Amino acid sequence: MTGAGAPLAAPLEAHPALADVPRAVVRGRVVWHPGRDRYLETVVALRDLSFVTCSDLCGVDYLHHPGRDLPRGVSPERFEVAVHLLSIERVERVGIRVQVPESDPVLPTIVPVFPGAEAMEREAFDMFGLRFEGHPDMTRILMPEDWEGHPLRKDYSPGRVPVQFKEAPGPR
Amino acid sequence: MSDETTTRDAGGGLAADGDRSPFDEILERETAEGTQELRSRAETTPDELAREEGAILRLPEGLVLDPGDVDVEFGEDETMIINMGPQHPSTHGVLRIMMELEGETVLRSKPVIGYLHTGMEKTGEELFYIQGSTNVTRMDYLSPLHNELVYSLAVEELLGVEVPPRATWIRMLMCELNRISSHTMWMATNGMDLASTSMMIYGFREREMILALFEKVTGLRMNHNYIRPGGVAADLPDGWEDDVQAILDTFPGRLDEYDELLTGQPIFRQRTEGVGVIGPELALAMSATGPILRASGIPWDLRRSMPYMYYDELDFDVIVGTVGDTFDRYAVRLNEIRESLRLVAQIAERIPPGDYRVQDKKVTPPPRARIDESMEALIHHFKIFTRGFEVPPGEVYTAVESPRGELGCYLVSNGTNKPHRMHIRGPSFVNLQSLPAMLHGGLVADAIAIISSVDPVMGEVDR
Repeated sequence: MTGAGAPLAAPLEAHPALADVPRAVVRGRVVWHPGRDRYLETVVALRDLSFVTCSDLCGVDYLHHPGRDLPRGVSPERFEVAVHLLSIERVERVGIRVQVPESDPVLPTIVPVFPGAEAMEREAFDMFGLRFEGHPDMTRILMPEDWEGHPLRKDYSPGRVPVQFKEAPGPR
Repeated sequence: MSDETTTRDAGGGLAADGDRSPFDEILERETAEGTQELRSRAETTPDELAREEGAILRLPEGLVLDPGDVDVEFGEDETMIINMGPQHPSTHGVLRIMMELEGETVLRSKPVIGYLHTGMEKTGEELFYIQGSTNVTRMDYLSPLHNELVYSLAVEELLGVEVPPRATWIRMLMCELNRISSHTMWMATNGMDLASTSMMIYGFREREMILALFEKVTGLRMNHNYIRPGGVAADLPDGWEDDVQAILDTFPGRLDEYDELLTGQPIFRQRTEGVGVIGPELALAMSATGPILRASGIPWDLRRSMPYMYYDELDFDVIVGTVGDTFDRYAVRLNEIRESLRLVAQIAERIPPGDYRVQDKKVTPPPRARIDESMEALIHHFKIFTRGFEVPPGEVYTAVESPRGELGCYLVSNGTNKPHRMHIRGPSFVNLQSLPAMLHGGLVADAIAIISSVDPVMGEVDR
């Protein structure tokens, strides 16, 4: 598995679509910070560079933690989507972090590129209310269908819901 | 409550209009999950339809399915949407699968999950780092130690502490034993699903040996809270070598018995061979990991490919299948137990003396005896248990190979004593997505075997 060919050994930033995407190296792992408009392009480029598996996709709400470390040129927004891709050929993992503004929490879906991200995007939608445009089935996945709010948002109060269980049906 | 009403499913298309009672409507209102359910073909978009049929759009050119080609013209009376679960005994918890059938053949299927959702990621944000492993250990209740491990590794990476070698070796010993107990449990439930009840009894009997050792070491049979940031909770008790040796002596013979009981049995083979096939490209695209990916022929095991702890110093084989069917997944798990036994034997020999947790006063509470004699120790103890410790800001993603696949933890710290975000990438959650691809075209009876072969643990799926 480790016998990757010469083209694979080339640095990732040599790919034309990735050349000017801001990146940071955190604990030996490359993390790309594309803007929302470059997100899909970055993902497709990495897929073509043998990162064919999407290990993880999750949302993060930075409402109470605005001062985080980001590379130059990336302006922090309230929401962030963190994606981790895995290349079995290169035996390498890369991260992608996309900033998503509160006023318009929409991101293009990566399900056509990584079918395995389907449930993960649904989870991010369910938990954070981030909408993934073009997702085949953008519905709640963990919470009940009629749930109000998105529980993992920082301004969602867990004690807000007065009754957790539905009433028992009447005898008749 | 009459039989007539209870047998009918709320969300499915079974109920004929004529004989609906008010109770049916209440039942439907109280149990329906709306758009999360499998809907009729007329209500489903071509993209989603293709997904539910298990056709994944990114395949080699020749195999690509054009959404326009999908036949949506099935009459509603030719097919039937049935509901399996969430209380079906073969769904390993509260997994609900809705299937569209034509006769006995599964055309489409969709897992509906969330019945066990308890908001553990939200809870994780409310707990100190030191309390976190109590929380994550309840996710995958069949391999709790792996959950604690991945969480602790993530916290330690952010903290930048180096765990003493003895602690790491103890962690490896416990995790490998946990892998054996988890796979044995799977053998038991899989046997049960395929009507081999004796296998179920045997599997539970063997697992009990390991749980007894866990109880001795951690105090609990499950949900141990044993692996904590900074090391492990307690040193191994006296005489642990004998217990491990007893396990090493007992298991190989028992595994050969299982081999004889199941591998050589024609009924078992016929029910598993060629059933629920998933190929390597599809498995990779669907993010499947663990035995599902290895059974499809890809030798990807994080212990070997991206070694953590000291796995690179040990000698073991990565078990790989060829076909990617249910039988391969069974064979991979059975042989992984053997490999784990080899690992346990090597680890037990190599556990070095030393500390079982890091000697960092900010992270590790002082021993009980020190509190009586040292004011400083008392202060540290008080601070750790009332305020926890603070973790430098940053983001980290760690992953370990749990019995079910890649178990990941994405941890975001904002510099306080509680995680800003704690996300667990549950292998069962992700692996469940490949179910429609495996179920498509098979029989309902095979669905039982296939669901079982995915080995979902609902505590981890729903978190």
